[in-house]
Amino acid sequence: MDDKLTIGGREISSRLFIGTGKFPANSIIPDVIKMSGAQVVTTALRRIDFDSDEENMLKYIPKDCILMPNTSGARNAEEAVRIARIARASGCGNFIKIEVISDNRYLLPDNMETIRATEMLVREGFTVLPYINPDLMDARRLKDAGAAAVMPLGAPIGTNKGLRTREMVKILIHEIDIPVIVDAGIGKPSEACEAMEIGAAAVLVNTAIATAGDPVVMAEAFANAVMAGRKAFLSGTGPVKEYAEASSPLTGFLA
Amino acid sequence: MSFYERYLEYKNFDFEGFFNKVTDRDIVNIMNKDRLTELDFLMLLSEKAANYLEPLAQKAKKLTLQNFGKVIFLYTPMYLANYCVNQCVYCGFNITNSIKRRKLTLEEVEKEAKAISSTGLRHILILTGESRKESSVQYIKECVKILRKYFRSISIEVYPLEENEYVQLIDAGVDGITLYQEVYNEEKYKMLHLKGPKRNYLHRIDAPERACRASMRSVNIGALFGLHDWRTEAFYAGIHADYLQDKYTDVEISLSLPRIRPHCGSFMPDCKVEDRDLVQIMISYRLFMPRAGITISTRESERLRNNLIGLGVTKMSAASSTEVGGHSLENKSEGQFDISDKRNVEEMKEMIYSKGYQPVFKDWQAI
Repeated sequence: MDDKLTIGGREISSRLFIGTGKFPANSIIPDVIKMSGAQVVTTALRRIDFDSDEENMLKYIPKDCILMPNTSGARNAEEAVRIARIARASGCGNFIKIEVISDNRYLLPDNMETIRATEMLVREGFTVLPYINPDLMDARRLKDAGAAAVMPLGAPIGTNKGLRTREMVKILIHEIDIPVIVDAGIGKPSEACEAMEIGAAAVLVNTAIATAGDPVVMAEAFANAVMAGRKAFLSGTGPVKEYAEASSPLTGFLA
Repeated sequence: MSFYERYLEYKNFDFEGFFNKVTDRDIVNIMNKDRLTELDFLMLLSEKAANYLEPLAQKAKKLTLQNFGKVIFLYTPMYLANYCVNQCVYCGFNITNSIKRRKLTLEEVEKEAKAISSTGLRHILILTGESRKESSVQYIKECVKILRKYFRSISIEVYPLEENEYVQLIDAGVDGITLYQEVYNEEKYKMLHLKGPKRNYLHRIDAPERACRASMRSVNIGALFGLHDWRTEAFYAGIHADYLQDKYTDVEISLSLPRIRPHCGSFMPDCKVEDRDLVQIMISYRLFMPRAGITISTRESERLRNNLIGLGVTKMSAASSTEVGGHSLENKSEGQFDISDKRNVEEMKEMIYSKGYQPVFKDWQAI
């Protein structure tokens, strides 16, 4: 089955994207990437130490991956744009995940600033993947601004609470014709699977893998779950019924 | 509105009576909550809560892991000068102490910066005593200009500044401020700060807010434990942090837990804070403010610092010196206080990895 995801002109084989924060050591990241099968890997520019050999996160990300730096730490559109420019100038490529957070208590994304940053960065030729609160009107604005995908949160970042925004994400999937990637909040493989079953183009997972007892095995578990969910979506799950369907229907005599 | 008004709301509060009424059920209920009220937080600082230290620690660990992951951020302090016009009875830089006074020349700043950055550290905290003459804002700016070449994040721990001075320093490349109120109890504050501009309690308590207004990226506050009753002091520091986070949602508010250390001078703290008390404070901070950074410095012992990893701490200093020129120069000054944990960066790194955590050297990129 040919089921490639295309973003920013790149064909992406794996629908599991992963993040590199919160791990007990950078040295396990290559194994995590390998077992997850992930091709798109996000890392905060603020964490990349270009001046160090040993501590430079980029050293642990295989060259055949698509590096998607993120603008973690940006408090407004202007800061996100500056971080994106630094990332590109430092050789991190053209993909950028916009993360604008002006609320430190819940780390919820600021959609308005995110839209502004997207407009500016698309004009500068970036492939922009904005992290948002799932809101249909904002998602449309982002699409119109030229975003390559939208990345609604499943639950507040780091909470592992699962796909709490399910109904809103479903609406985005139905209405927005650019890839909808569920980012943040996914805590278990079953929840990643659920997101894929309802038609998400991909999921991005970090905390759930990084803080697992065995991150490498958990990465593989997520890879399997994402594949299972995708296949279920493509094959079309049977409808859920409220009542059992009688084998001798009451209205059969009308036929 | 200033935090001082919040402070006044509790000025005549019967803390002792409140603590005496805390029940086991109260603590269990708090453990099951996601968002704590101020009075929940106060209950966690009670003697009753100390009976629940282990389950509370388990929750603190879970929250820290969820919010920060298995990482510990590292930084080191660098003293620029120890001239000081204040007379604070507990401090080695006290103007009446006859210690060697010194201020780094810009060449020396560069030498210290080179020595520190060669250890891999990318975050620096620069300190001065309070002397607008010797350590002027202009001097600090010149130092920051040099330090920017070597570090990705520069924080300051200097005397309280005005808002426009914070703006100037942010423009120069500073992104964080550490400023301890030392003592929140106003009467005790006056007893310990005998002379000098630091005697102005209000000017100091409002300084972190001035930095927030100036749009400082991170603001770190705290009470210096050992100077007054720790339960109420920790409470005030906690609600101060909460007040700032509510009002300035985009600033990273964090808390330190400095405990008084031996220093030059004869003052002896009379309010003992045991290790288990410090742990109770840290856990209470974490449950009250799950997203706040928590810093533990080398004032604390190796053993305690090793064991605090996982409990709530997110940031630690390494290879510290409280002497002016202490990282690379031969003719350094006397220190502000004695360091307890003397391990170098490599040793700290090794310890953090052995605990299953990652030492992080860089967590900001000057933009």
